[in-house]
Amino acid sequence: MSEKVKDLRGTRLSAADLESKDTITFRGRPNAKYAWSAGIAYTKYLEELKNGRIVGRRCRQCDRVLVPPRMFCEQCFRATDEWVYIKGTGKINTYSISYLDADANRIKTPILVAVVDLDGASPGIGILHKLGNVDIEKIHVGMPVQAVWKPANERKGSVTDILYFEPIKEK
Amino acid sequence: MNVKRRVAVVGAGITLFRRRLKETGKELSYLAANAALESAGMTMDDIDCVVMGTAPDAFDGIHMKADNLLDGAGATRKPYSRVYVGGGTGVFSPIGGWWHVASGLFDTCLVVAEEKMSPCIPHPQTAFRTIWDPIITRPLNPNLVWIFALEMNRYMKTYNIPKEHIAMVAVKNKGNALDHPSAQLAAKITVEDVLNSETMVWPVQRLDISPPSDGAAALVLTSEDVARKFTDAPVWIDGVGWSLDSAYWTNRDLCFPQYVAEAAKMAYKMAKITDPPKEVDFAEPYDPFTYKELHHMEGLLLAKKGEAPQLTADGVTQRDGDLPICPSGGLLGVGNPIAAAGLMKCCEMFWQLRNEAGKRQVSGAETGVAQAWGDLMQVGTVTVFRR
Ligand SMILES: [Zn+2]
Repeated sequence: MSEKVKDLRGTRLSAADLESKDTITFRGRPNAKYAWSAGIAYTKYLEELKNGRIVGRRCRQCDRVLVPPRMFCEQCFRATDEWVYIKGTGKINTYSISYLDADANRIKTPILVAVVDLDGASPGIGILHKLGNVDIEKIHVGMPVQAVWKPANERKGSVTDILYFEPIKEK
Repeated sequence: MNVKRRVAVVGAGITLFRRRLKETGKELSYLAANAALESAGMTMDDIDCVVMGTAPDAFDGIHMKADNLLDGAGATRKPYSRVYVGGGTGVFSPIGGWWHVASGLFDTCLVVAEEKMSPCIPHPQTAFRTIWDPIITRPLNPNLVWIFALEMNRYMKTYNIPKEHIAMVAVKNKGNALDHPSAQLAAKITVEDVLNSETMVWPVQRLDISPPSDGAAALVLTSEDVARKFTDAPVWIDGVGWSLDSAYWTNRDLCFPQYVAEAAKMAYKMAKITDPPKEVDFAEPYDPFTYKELHHMEGLLLAKKGEAPQLTADGVTQRDGDLPICPSGGLLGVGNPIAAAGLMKCCEMFWQLRNEAGKRQVSGAETGVAQAWGDLMQVGTVTVFRR
């Protein structure tokens, strides 16, 4: 704001104003629903998750193994070459502890979230997932973790076929 | 780079920023546009074309909302376009205006940025649920704050940054905002207040986050010839840059915003800046979260990797420090009506460089840099303004 300007424009509206049923507000709710095709790469990815396996794609030009898989390499901008099976183990790249649900409601039991760099994928290639069966105080960057899968008969071809990643017990 | 014409900023306008404003988006656009025209001493008859910057449609709840906003932006029967790069939109909108004028196609361009987040109830966060990839991410029921918390933690761990240093950004920006008449969350707070505030998604706490807001802002851009007719004190857009990184964000280095660095390098090259910390007098990096200001100072090459927190702790980034950062009060203090917040930063540069910023004035300000960021943590938009 310039000191030369004296009138600042705009009218504050309180939460109560917005809740009131008079002419100040109008309400509506879109009723749009969607059915997405999972596409070429993700259909295979989801099928293999149902089989209890994680699959990526290799680009032979940059020699990266990419997870989530894609049919093209965004760096080389060419078609990727082959499917590669990845272990269900990896290391925590970063993590957070969420006291908010998806709608920003407060929750008592936190959701433990992490980016897990997967063994067998290229360095820095991670996926978003949750952590479980872990002492919050002990979670750390670099912690070795492994996927905990749903029982085979409960898997439906979704990233949630992995329940969460848990620490690998030190031997 | 072949820039045909130098582009000037000759007017700026802004509305009040609040959690809820009574005006519609169209009305807010009109208020900001009108304030900018008045400050330039111009009317809509002087304007050749209009660029609208407005971010996710889902907050306003009006699909393709730029069309709805058109009349309020003065764009009826004029060449009109919307530019959009998520949270980066606010600083991208004057870049859009710049290329209209720099190309020689138009002599004047009105740039308007609008956002109303309040229509989405009970909380605009719900609209962010639709930003995610529907196949591989949405089934995990993510909250958008997750990715910022993940990025912040990676940054803290890599450079061993104390949370106290990050908290100082909130203290500084909310304090700076006390001098900004539009400000929504100006306050005198302490580092302890930030560290004791509610944990939302650790390490992000309540006072690390900017609020949802309604508001609008506008700039008037002209060619050099036209600028000389209207003002003795034009501000020049000497550099613009933008860059987007891969949407596969879990495959990226979360510690350094390379895309911001690419955008900054482009803008500095155009502005012939070779030593940014020495040649930039103040900056308005995007600060929707405390750590983002630090992340972006590094991306803007104003601090070495991992060193922005120490500069903050040393007071360098205070309004009277060697490198004032967010003298406006930023998104943390003034508020975050997304596209309007980014353009607010460019308005601040205009006022600072014209020596009109009053109590917020940075002494000797000749070169400023503004930057915004957004989408899935993948876009950097940068402008360099000079007087
Ligand atoms: Zn490749």
